[in-house]
Amino acid sequence: MPEWVMAIIKILIVLAFIGLNGMFLIWAERKVAGFIQARIGPARVGRPQGFFQLFADAIKMFSKEDVRPAAADKWVWWFAPVVFFTPVAMAFLVLPFGPNVIGLDMNIGLIYLAAVASFALLGVFMAGWGSNNKYSLLGAMRAGAQMISYEIPLILATIGVIMITGTLSTQGIVEYQVAHGWNIKTQFLAFVVFFIAMLAELNRTPFDLVIAESELTSGFFTEYSGIRWGMFMFAEYTNIFVMSALAVTLFFGGWASPFGLVGSVLIFLIKTYAIVFLIIWIRWSVPRVRIDQLMTLGWKFLLPLSLFNIVFTGLILLI
Amino acid sequence: MSEIEARRLKAEEVGHEKLILNLGPQHPSTHGVLRVITTLEGERITEAEPDIGFLHRNFEKIVEGWTWSQVIPLTDRNDYLANINNEHAYVLAVEKLAGIEVPERAEYIRVIMSELNRIASHLLTFGTFAMDMGAFTPFLYGFRERELLYDIFEKVTGARMMHNYVRLSGVRNDLPDGWDKEVLEFLDRLENDVIPDYYDLLIKNPIFEARSLGVGVLTKEDAIAYGAAGPILRGSGIDWDLRRDMPYSIYDRFDFEVITREEGDHYARFMVRMDEMIESAKIIRQAFEQMPEGPVMGKVPRVLKPEGDIYSAVEGPRGEIGVYLVGDGNFKPYRVKWRAPSFSNLSILPLMAKGQFVADIVLTIGTLDPIFGEVDR
Repeated sequence: MPEWVMAIIKILIVLAFIGLNGMFLIWAERKVAGFIQARIGPARVGRPQGFFQLFADAIKMFSKEDVRPAAADKWVWWFAPVVFFTPVAMAFLVLPFGPNVIGLDMNIGLIYLAAVASFALLGVFMAGWGSNNKYSLLGAMRAGAQMISYEIPLILATIGVIMITGTLSTQGIVEYQVAHGWNIKTQFLAFVVFFIAMLAELNRTPFDLVIAESELTSGFFTEYSGIRWGMFMFAEYTNIFVMSALAVTLFFGGWASPFGLVGSVLIFLIKTYAIVFLIIWIRWSVPRVRIDQLMTLGWKFLLPLSLFNIVFTGLILLI
Repeated sequence: MSEIEARRLKAEEVGHEKLILNLGPQHPSTHGVLRVITTLEGERITEAEPDIGFLHRNFEKIVEGWTWSQVIPLTDRNDYLANINNEHAYVLAVEKLAGIEVPERAEYIRVIMSELNRIASHLLTFGTFAMDMGAFTPFLYGFRERELLYDIFEKVTGARMMHNYVRLSGVRNDLPDGWDKEVLEFLDRLENDVIPDYYDLLIKNPIFEARSLGVGVLTKEDAIAYGAAGPILRGSGIDWDLRRDMPYSIYDRFDFEVITREEGDHYARFMVRMDEMIESAKIIRQAFEQMPEGPVMGKVPRVLKPEGDIYSAVEGPRGEIGVYLVGDGNFKPYRVKWRAPSFSNLSILPLMAKGQFVADIVLTIGTLDPIFGEVDR
């Protein structure tokens, strides 16, 4: 089979996975939220447990009117969801699902991920500016401040792992853990920093200031409706998956399993969804922090902690 | 002029542009139809101007054309979370004006219902305050208990919110059999399970403390100057509760504490409400113990034509619900003036919002807890 056919097949698989994962997570979030809040959650559409709610939601999003505000900056507004969505899909290129199940095993995998992830901010900012709405603009401003200040501890936290494993390749990091056990044993501090920064990077409660329903109605995507709004939602939920998968790869042994190829992929997915569940759980349990508290936490607490972790890891390696 | 100074001057020339942000009237956390015109500098608020009147129903004028007893159902709609308290306030004023006697048992029923209504209202305030802070789950927990309480109300009055239950010279009907047990069960649950749950779920959370401790401080002097009432007044350390200091109905027969907190911040106001629920439960328990048998309605003259004027007030969940009545010897009131606690509480908003973050003005509205049925009337 020629290479380009393979590439197209891979892209289609990733897009199908993004679609299914997004719908599944939207349903799962509503269901988990229901249980946490002492109610049932979606239960009407399809059995068991209203599972077909996700298809109903998808149909609804596709068939809704796509309203553009008259004062919006047309092209910026138009492309914002695309710009937000694309880097998330691109991140799948280096996520190792199994021993050979990876888009492309790059030797700079982590740098690629960091570079791609920082692009998402552009989409958020385009949405906020292009909507020509003050709530959106405030949301986008917050997003700028928040994502930049949390990307730094996020990436610094991974440096400890890179130092131990001696590779930037995601596949290489997993292979190291297959041989030496999970990284969480030596990099617990890094994981804590990574997880908190990850929540902020994903705009999830307690760091969901960008969306901040009670203040900014819906933040940067207030003006979007129909499938454009859906694209933001899909990108967000896919991003949750990507970040959780990255956490699993870096700290929890990735696909390492004794059950062969299928077993590896399954183990990887189970671990990832466990972290996704943790994120959903946190979202429905805690209030939101304020913008100045967010900045304080990021710069005065997480950043020194991640730097300390690098020094600490270096000392361990030296000894 | 040095180069640095020149640059600084240039930067000042560019200056900051102020952003005018319109919060509401369609906004998820303005508790109804409040519009606040805020001027922002970055995330800081330099000025906030509340714009009210979207829910104006002409209450005070309309009732001038109605008979004295016809007004009662409409008072329900003023503070729609404290219906019995509103009815009680109005009925008490008319009874004082016309000199109507109320049977003993009816007074006890009124007190029980008022205090239950206070609990229901505070439960909702707990929930909405949590939601303003971005925690959605406590909101639904607050609603769950309030829902149980509304079932209890429904068994007595037949309605969940708009009761029309308190009547001149008494209450509409007696309590159903076994109702007191249900109420006491609910109160036990509230004290032993529900409120501790709320502490675990929200109040002990460090984020909650960081967001509410020391934020939105209202000093004693300001609280008095702006005519604050209820939990807002007591949250600023002023020991004033009409139930104890100007006892109406039969409140002087109960033993309860007036909750005050010195700090005057969001946390203090919030905790005053939490503790008041427990005090209300105390009052209800005592009322059930003391309650005598007997009729629930007294005698009212067929044609009611009181003369003179009177001001009478009760302590509602949001503070002093005052009613000023003028009767000119006619079968309908000459003037009904409604002193709504939310209205005076809301007037503090511009003062408190100045210098706050956008995120905090939402909490400030949440903790002042205005109900627009009675602000706009």
